[in-house]
Amino acid sequence: MKVQMRVNGRQVSGEVEGRTLLVTFLRDGQGLTGTHTGCDTSQCGACTVHVDGLQVKSCSMFAAEADGAEVTTIEGMANADGSLSVLQQAFQDHHGLQCGFCTPGMVMAAATLLEQTPEPTEAQVRHHLQGNICRCTGYHNIIKAVMAASGQQVTQVAAE
Amino acid sequence: MPKDGIGASTKRREDIRFLTGKGRYTDDINLHGQAYVHFLRADVAHATLNGIETQDAASMPGVLRVFTATDFDGVGGLPCGWQITDRKGQPMQEPKHPIMAEGKIRHVGEIVAAVVAETLDQARDAAEAIVLDYDELPAVIDMKAAVQEDAPRVHDDLTSNLCYDWGFVEENKAAVDEAFLAADHVTTLELVNNRLVANPMEPRVAIGDYAAHDDSSTLYTTSQNPHVIRLLMGAFVLGIPEHKLRVVAPDVGGGFGTKIFHYAEEAFCTFAAKQLKRPVKWTSTRSEAFMSDAHGRDHVTKIQLALDAENNFTALRTDTYANMGAYLSTFAPSVPTWLHGTLMAGNYRTPLIYVNVKAVFTNTVPVDAYRGAGRPEATFQLERVIDKAARELGVDPAELRRQNFIRKDQFPYATPVAVEYDTGDYEATLNKALELSDYAGFANRHAESQARGKLRGIGLAHYIEACGIAPSNLVGQLGARAGLYESATVRVNATGGIVVMTGSHSHGQGHETSFPQVIAQMIGIEPDQVEIVHGDTANTPMGMGTYGSRSIAVGGSAMVRATEKIISKAKKIAAHILEASDADIELKDGKFSVAGTDKSLNWGDVTLAAYVPHNYPLTDLEPGLEETAFYDPSNFTYPSGCYICEVEIDPDTGKVTIERFTAADDFGNVINPMIVEGQVQGGVAQGIGQALLENCTYDSEGQLLSASYMDYAMPRASDVPMITVDHSCQTPCTHNPLGVKGCGEAGAIGSPPAVINAVLDAMHRAGKPVAHIDMPVTPAKVWAAMNA
Amino acid sequence: MYNFDFVKPSTVEEAVAALQDDEAQPLSGGQTLIPSMKQRLNAPGTLVSLLGIEALKGISVSDGVMTIGGTTTHATVAAQADAYPALAYLAGQIGDPAVRNRGTIGGSLANNDPAACYPAAALASGATIVTNTREIAADDFFQGMFTTDLEEGEIITAVKFPIPEAANYQKFEQPASRFALTAVFVAKYADGVRVAITGASEEGVFRWAEAEDALSNSFSAEALSALAVPANDMITDLHGTAEYRAHLCKVLTGRAVSAIS
Ligand SMILES: Cc1cc2nc3c(=O)[nH]c(=O)nc-3n(C[C@H](O)[C@H](O)[C@H](O)COP(=O)(O)OP(=O)(O)OC[C@H]3O[C@@H](n4cnc5c(N)ncnc54)[C@H](O)[C@@H]3O)c2cc1C
Ligand code: FES
Ligand code: FES
Repeated sequence: MKVQMRVNGRQVSGEVEGRTLLVTFLRDGQGLTGTHTGCDTSQCGACTVHVDGLQVKSCSMFAAEADGAEVTTIEGMANADGSLSVLQQAFQDHHGLQCGFCTPGMVMAAATLLEQTPEPTEAQVRHHLQGNICRCTGYHNIIKAVMAASGQQVTQVAAE
Repeated sequence: MPKDGIGASTKRREDIRFLTGKGRYTDDINLHGQAYVHFLRADVAHATLNGIETQDAASMPGVLRVFTATDFDGVGGLPCGWQITDRKGQPMQEPKHPIMAEGKIRHVGEIVAAVVAETLDQARDAAEAIVLDYDELPAVIDMKAAVQEDAPRVHDDLTSNLCYDWGFVEENKAAVDEAFLAADHVTTLELVNNRLVANPMEPRVAIGDYAAHDDSSTLYTTSQNPHVIRLLMGAFVLGIPEHKLRVVAPDVGGGFGTKIFHYAEEAFCTFAAKQLKRPVKWTSTRSEAFMSDAHGRDHVTKIQLALDAENNFTALRTDTYANMGAYLSTFAPSVPTWLHGTLMAGNYRTPLIYVNVKAVFTNTVPVDAYRGAGRPEATFQLERVIDKAARELGVDPAELRRQNFIRKDQFPYATPVAVEYDTGDYEATLNKALELSDYAGFANRHAESQARGKLRGIGLAHYIEACGIAPSNLVGQLGARAGLYESATVRVNATGGIVVMTGSHSHGQGHETSFPQVIAQMIGIEPDQVEIVHGDTANTPMGMGTYGSRSIAVGGSAMVRATEKIISKAKKIAAHILEASDADIELKDGKFSVAGTDKSLNWGDVTLAAYVPHNYPLTDLEPGLEETAFYDPSNFTYPSGCYICEVEIDPDTGKVTIERFTAADDFGNVINPMIVEGQVQGGVAQGIGQALLENCTYDSEGQLLSASYMDYAMPRASDVPMITVDHSCQTPCTHNPLGVKGCGEAGAIGSPPAVINAVLDAMHRAGKPVAHIDMPVTPAKVWAAMNA
Repeated sequence: MYNFDFVKPSTVEEAVAALQDDEAQPLSGGQTLIPSMKQRLNAPGTLVSLLGIEALKGISVSDGVMTIGGTTTHATVAAQADAYPALAYLAGQIGDPAVRNRGTIGGSLANNDPAACYPAAALASGATIVTNTREIAADDFFQGMFTTDLEEGEIITAVKFPIPEAANYQKFEQPASRFALTAVFVAKYADGVRVAITGASEEGVFRWAEAEDALSNSFSAEALSALAVPANDMITDLHGTAEYRAHLCKVLTGRAVSAIS
């Protein structure tokens, strides 16, 4: 069947099977390989994207279900001039990534948190990232990055 | 001086691509005409394989070919890179490790057949049409049962399930036993170091490609060491000479040891691509990863510590069963032996040590190195038994340690387990950790928790690790079948920019940022003039890759050596142009000057002269500015540190919460503090995972019970606290040019005993003393222990 | 995963018609169905997405009853079920934000995972599960692990929750999946207290009758002190023994009661 959607502001379409996952459509169909697959039980969040403004796991949604939707992936998160967005910049500034594999999902998840909760507490950040597993960072610097991106002083995020 | 030289927390340049979705991981690569393989994996642990019916599968839509073990005539088994010699001087038992099950299935997840098809779904559909004819055999799972005379055998051609019985130092055994007889106090502890799955977030991927026009093969793979894979796979498995084989490990999404090893899937994709004249791609699912990535740890140990009347450690002995799984993975035999026994002295002066390790074959996934590899196992038992001794003797665990430390003035210090520590200052890290953790203020926090009905405990652990792996001649004597040097080629371009091609590999460690900081410092240019190339055997010198916290200590040293050669040559060129003698040339801030004069040349003037050699000492010096160095370390490096953990326990549910975690490490000199701190935080989270959450479990039939994230508990954001890290205690390594020790594994080594010591301390303070609880300390276990 | 046809009707009638085919199965948020299809544990010929049916979405309150459309997501309940705070809280504890943005109440109840959250709320609230053909009392709906009273092709269109005077949900997470290792929902109504427990029993979600009686008599944690949930029907697995789960049932019930009173 044919699906069409807007991905990162660009109208795209493609032929898919019923079983084609959104992540497969984005990666293989659209070449948007920033969205990753880290598990097959819908738990790791490496595949997180936004569909109609909502954070979803693109491995747990069929491409056909996103027909007509507005999809944003990590490739659509930078500023219009290509520079890093505030959130992306905070990840770099605070060393919120190591191998980078979980990173696109983390950024997509954190972005929706900051939309809903402009000044989250540490506990809120941790709760919101429940479905995003990072094996490298121990989360410490991810938490710092997200809080810094919200404009909070992260030196006050004491290690206690 | 460059503003981003050694010691600067330079932001990572690689982050830009990762943060914008431009990383290039192996699964992001799709080759023209690529076919896909699906592996049919055993769902029983132990069986005689009578036959495989593939006809129906082969005729299904899109199927190119179905492979079984009989298709690999002339193909070797996956080699083991380390041979252990047992107590009697005999080599370990070393079974063949075939690409696919040959006649027998030996673990759940073992490859039985492979279907290559036009699409992955077609391959998977067809795999369901394969019919296996097998007779199930009783599975060998428990290690102690496995070494009984009448146990079923994992390998019929071996004499038993014992891979080796290793004694270290065998000559010390009698003296150790005597010391125990003479001891005033003996503390005994039996414990399990739980089996873990490394779980880098990027699952493994392999893509084989074959070029008929020059008969060459390329493998794209998620590896920590592409050159090692090229050597092992080319020379031992497929018989492809290195000049016809290229291995590329592009961006790799974490490794933690499990991406060191050479795996069957890599050899298969390379082999099948040549057979089918099509690229063949395999992407592991997480479910496959659980049953095919080498697992880690899985030791069962009895440790005993002897003390004299003044609480000095007088002897230590241990008995360990180490699980090898069904086959020997690449470095498996070295982990419970040379990476474990040699660390049993820890930070202490214990004069007599004897370590016995029985490595055992079982019907489980092969076990090999996982972050720390052997050193966490050594540290855990040692730091636990010391805590238990302190409790038994009624002394402060910190003070018992302090009393037995190797003192600052005793370095270099030769331990009774064959290694010589070059530098260290264990009291310094202890004091630092006590201060940062506000050890003194614990009583108040304890009272506050108690008032809320909670238990609170504090635990500490020291660690020492042997990093910067490793002196080749030494490891050669110990049975390594490889050298463990590292390499770098430093290419200076005509206009002064530099490309460093390193045999080291970054899969999260940030080489692309930290390595240039070193060169920038040495030459006095900005790091952005230096680019790091890694991960492709076609354009990097033969190197051994990244593991064992060796990148900066060994790879960085190779780069320093190559850069020294560059500087020396550049000085000669400058001397010629400036009409001075080489000895008078100074290089500072990217400028060559003649000592005592105002004559100088810029870095770029000299590099240009090297490639446009008009005014150049051509009779003495070749044009060009490119140097390679292979650095072979003369010793291991010995990072050490003190970790303090503070926990709260909910007595009603048994849930343990980590309230504070402090790490005071001595890594010697530090190149990029930000990156170092990140390594420690990540390692600590993995150690907390081992201590509280993670457990890879089989049932008695050999079925993997923790086979997905539904049952294997990964640390999430809400499970780890903010982690206080400090690396200000620095005793630089004396034998490498940067004075660095390495920091990649420390966090995972020092944290599990700190956590467990804290949990037991909390229970003790609450009047529920328990001698030991095995990891992971789940709420259910704590509750059961408190209500026993 | 096996292939299938995908249809997305816009009315309940069309959906029900599409589900007449034996091989057809409803799809809501897919947060359970898609992972199980990946494991090839499930092989529908046609998936009938219910998400195109506007009538199945949303929350309304009238006469002390909260009605939640069958495909209302966990995120919507968490954000909008203000009139039933304990239920909103429960929805906010399910999985993670991405799961909550897709997963639905109808899918959760139809699936009746023994460790799922909503079944506890539905049973403790004495909810009514409304389908395209009938209304089913929660007490009749849940019939053991992964089993419900639903017929083939029957779809949950709404769930009606009588709003209690007070309620509380206590979830103790299984450390890996973060579903309920054991969780307790206590709802206090004018005519008595209901206690439903999920995650613990081999029989799936259940009511703890003794606790209900004791609490209906005297609504305090102390009222539970003499009671114990027998361990024999409890689940033993990697994450906890039957005895541990039985113990948690009591601890969490006590906590829920304390939180209310
Ligand atoms: C990472 C993760 C964590 C989770 N954590 C939790 C948790 O902590 N607690 C918890 O309770 N759940 C948890 N879940 C499960 C989640 O709540 C699911 O959303 C829910 O169980 C199923 O709802 P769904 O809409 O996604 O259903 P689907 O997956 O679409 O369907 C599930 C089943 O119900 C059927 N079905 C769907 N809708 C209807 C309907 N309206 N009428 C009849 N049958 C229908 C389907 O055919 C299928 O058999 C988690 C899931 C994931 C992936
Ligand atoms: S890939 Fe793991 S949740 Fe989607
Ligand atoms: S940065 Fe590697 S998994 Fe998060």
